[in-house]
Amino acid sequence: MIEKTLKGKPAYWIWLAFLGMFMAVGVACYARQYLFGLGMTGMSRDVSWGLYISQFTFLVGVAAGGVMLVLPYYVHNYKVFGKITILGEFLAIGAITMCLLFIMADLGQPTRALNVVFHPTPHSMLFYDMIVLNGYLFLNILCGWVILTAERKQVHPPKWIYFFVYLSIPFAVSIHTVTAMLYCGLPGRHFWLSAIIAPRFLASAFAAGPALIIIACLILKRVANFDAGKEAMNKLVTIIMYAALLNTFFVFLEVFVGYYSNIPGHKHSIEYLFFGLEHHGHVYNNLVPFMWTSVVLNFGALGLFAWPYARKKNEFLLGLSCVMIFIALWIDKGLGFVFAGFVPNPLDEITEYIPTANELGITLGIWATGLFVVTLLYKIAVGVEHEIEE
Amino acid sequence: MDKQRRKFLKIAGVTALAGIGAPALVRLSSSNALASEHGAAEEHAAEAVHGAPVEAAPQGVRLGMVIDMRKITAQPELLDKAIAACVDVHNIPQFDNKKSEIKWLWKAPFENVFPGESSYHLAKNVEETDFAVLCNHCDDPPCVRACPTQATFKVKANGIVAMDFHRCIGCRFCMAACPYGARSFNWQDPRPYIKKYNKDFPSRMRGVVEKCNFCGERLALGQEPACVEACKGTGAIVFGDLNDAQSEIRQLLDKEFTIQRNPSLGTKPSVFYIV
Amino acid sequence: MYNKGTIIPGLIIFVLFVTFPIWFNGLKAGTLPKPELPPGGEKKCVESVEYMRANHMQLLNEWRDNVLRDGNRTVVTVEGKDYRKGLQLACMQCHSNKEKFCDSCHTYAAVKPYCWDCHLSPKEAVSKEETH
Repeated sequence: MIEKTLKGKPAYWIWLAFLGMFMAVGVACYARQYLFGLGMTGMSRDVSWGLYISQFTFLVGVAAGGVMLVLPYYVHNYKVFGKITILGEFLAIGAITMCLLFIMADLGQPTRALNVVFHPTPHSMLFYDMIVLNGYLFLNILCGWVILTAERKQVHPPKWIYFFVYLSIPFAVSIHTVTAMLYCGLPGRHFWLSAIIAPRFLASAFAAGPALIIIACLILKRVANFDAGKEAMNKLVTIIMYAALLNTFFVFLEVFVGYYSNIPGHKHSIEYLFFGLEHHGHVYNNLVPFMWTSVVLNFGALGLFAWPYARKKNEFLLGLSCVMIFIALWIDKGLGFVFAGFVPNPLDEITEYIPTANELGITLGIWATGLFVVTLLYKIAVGVEHEIEE
Repeated sequence: MDKQRRKFLKIAGVTALAGIGAPALVRLSSSNALASEHGAAEEHAAEAVHGAPVEAAPQGVRLGMVIDMRKITAQPELLDKAIAACVDVHNIPQFDNKKSEIKWLWKAPFENVFPGESSYHLAKNVEETDFAVLCNHCDDPPCVRACPTQATFKVKANGIVAMDFHRCIGCRFCMAACPYGARSFNWQDPRPYIKKYNKDFPSRMRGVVEKCNFCGERLALGQEPACVEACKGTGAIVFGDLNDAQSEIRQLLDKEFTIQRNPSLGTKPSVFYIV
Repeated sequence: MYNKGTIIPGLIIFVLFVTFPIWFNGLKAGTLPKPELPPGGEKKCVESVEYMRANHMQLLNEWRDNVLRDGNRTVVTVEGKDYRKGLQLACMQCHSNKEKFCDSCHTYAAVKPYCWDCHLSPKEAVSKEETH
């Protein structure tokens, strides 16, 4: 099936070359960082995790979002998703690839990464994160490949594969739960120390993942003559809407707890995110514009989703609302959540984090790599689909 | 032929997987990490009975420190001497930007060291003196819990929370986990920023986390920690075994009222302050 | 066999390529390194020469774990002289010239141990000496 990636229209090659350019820049930037150290980034003693870990956190969600297709299709036998379930699985592969690359980019001693395996440490949440992330990657490759191969031969997939398909469902939930546990089990980081982090992560994941799949379907319809079907898209929109509403509700609960209890530790990070934090006469607020953009996009997208014309009749508005919700959630989790956890630091001091150009180069490079992987996989999936139709 | 090849590949694959997985399994089953977790569980059970966080019955040596801020207020240069001694002994680099800082023992105002305590109408002497800040060598350290490679761990013999720089992968999970901001990361090669070398101690490499080690290497030679030695004779910093009722530190703790940094987190710090 | 014309030259190029380091040096192993013996004239090491030659890295790892993890910092005594376990504290006391001892073989074998990223060679250590 791999041969399907080798034939394509010029637009396909131009797109791959475009991504390849960013990948090359990413490699060059990473070489600089590898030789100098993580001092090439904007991270500091006080904000010790930056873009890499925040992107990792967000992308684990995108990967987990694929389960919103797998679960209805395989467990509830929701046939409408038959054509696009593979897109969910392949998106998960791309997203996990990015997650692993972001982790590697973030390590101070990347050559020692396997120490996590050589010295397994069951009391560290990163140990479990390694297991579930790699497990989920493996499951998606296995299930996606076996089922697509069967589809191509127009036979039923082998029975044993369903064991792995069902197994991938709890794995999808666990990757994001364990990622939330990296944060919510740390004493002294009030913003993260909240039992709602895992449900909130899952809610935003189940909106962001499917939103990206709708965007992909709309693009594939135009460039690859692949139609996911109206009903499938409508159902996805419903899923996104409920998930995004839940996420909004959970964020509101965090804001309520912080402000109504008036406990400084619970309030400070939220204040920093939305209003700026005053400290010794200086107001620290570099995330404020981002967070309000996120709020506006979030409610804007919810409004568009609620409007039947936009979600059913107008593909442009549907795509726009998906892009909006995706960006809103990316800002919320892929920027704000991680950065604000370090403000203020345990000594009640404030250091702001601003990524460097080199760091942005690596980040874009990894995103491009992920899109590259997803493009190739979608090319295969769509190619097989067309082959059957012929 | 084809079938045989397939069978061979299957067996080879399974064997390879087993080969990769086996060491992990063996280590897991023999891991003392699990054993130490049992200990922690018992401790928590003991706490539940009393209703409030209570330190467990002493077991073995637990090194701790009392910092007498009254002495340091009277002679603020003591703290500078202690910090200089620490820097010299451990080849700690001196960066002039806050971003790359490496700090083992440093000073900070009361309101920063004790953000949970009230700083409202603070006594002038407390407000104006910088406090000594260092790793608390917690009895239940969150950094050790977080570390995925056991590169940071509690030394069983004396309770020191130590680092193995050879094993650290630089994930900085411990820095996020430490509620006392005691950990520093080598964002770049520290060597050019080390003023002078102590030839008996290594430097660090870029990409690893470091922090105060209670001078484990000096204790092994029967010496006091460098900061304690720098304040010798003043009683500003008292060091010893918290589990030994006869030790100097325990006599002092029995006599004086002390506070600890954020004890509500249940980390059981081993550093005490007399204000 | 199909495509004989491509496969055979391809194989030949591949074999030549992977054996490049062997034939490029004229099938010789180059001059063998001769690590310098301790300038202080010490004759005995903590283990036999053969053992150290083959296993010094394991011994160093063992010492590392002894000292850092197990709190076992017992000294090693060689010919009446005590050494504390450690690269800087024991090895380099006699093998004081890292360049002529460690590096001579490591360079030949193209290994780059990370010891020296942290541990100070005697030369490095005196480059910024303590002055008190």
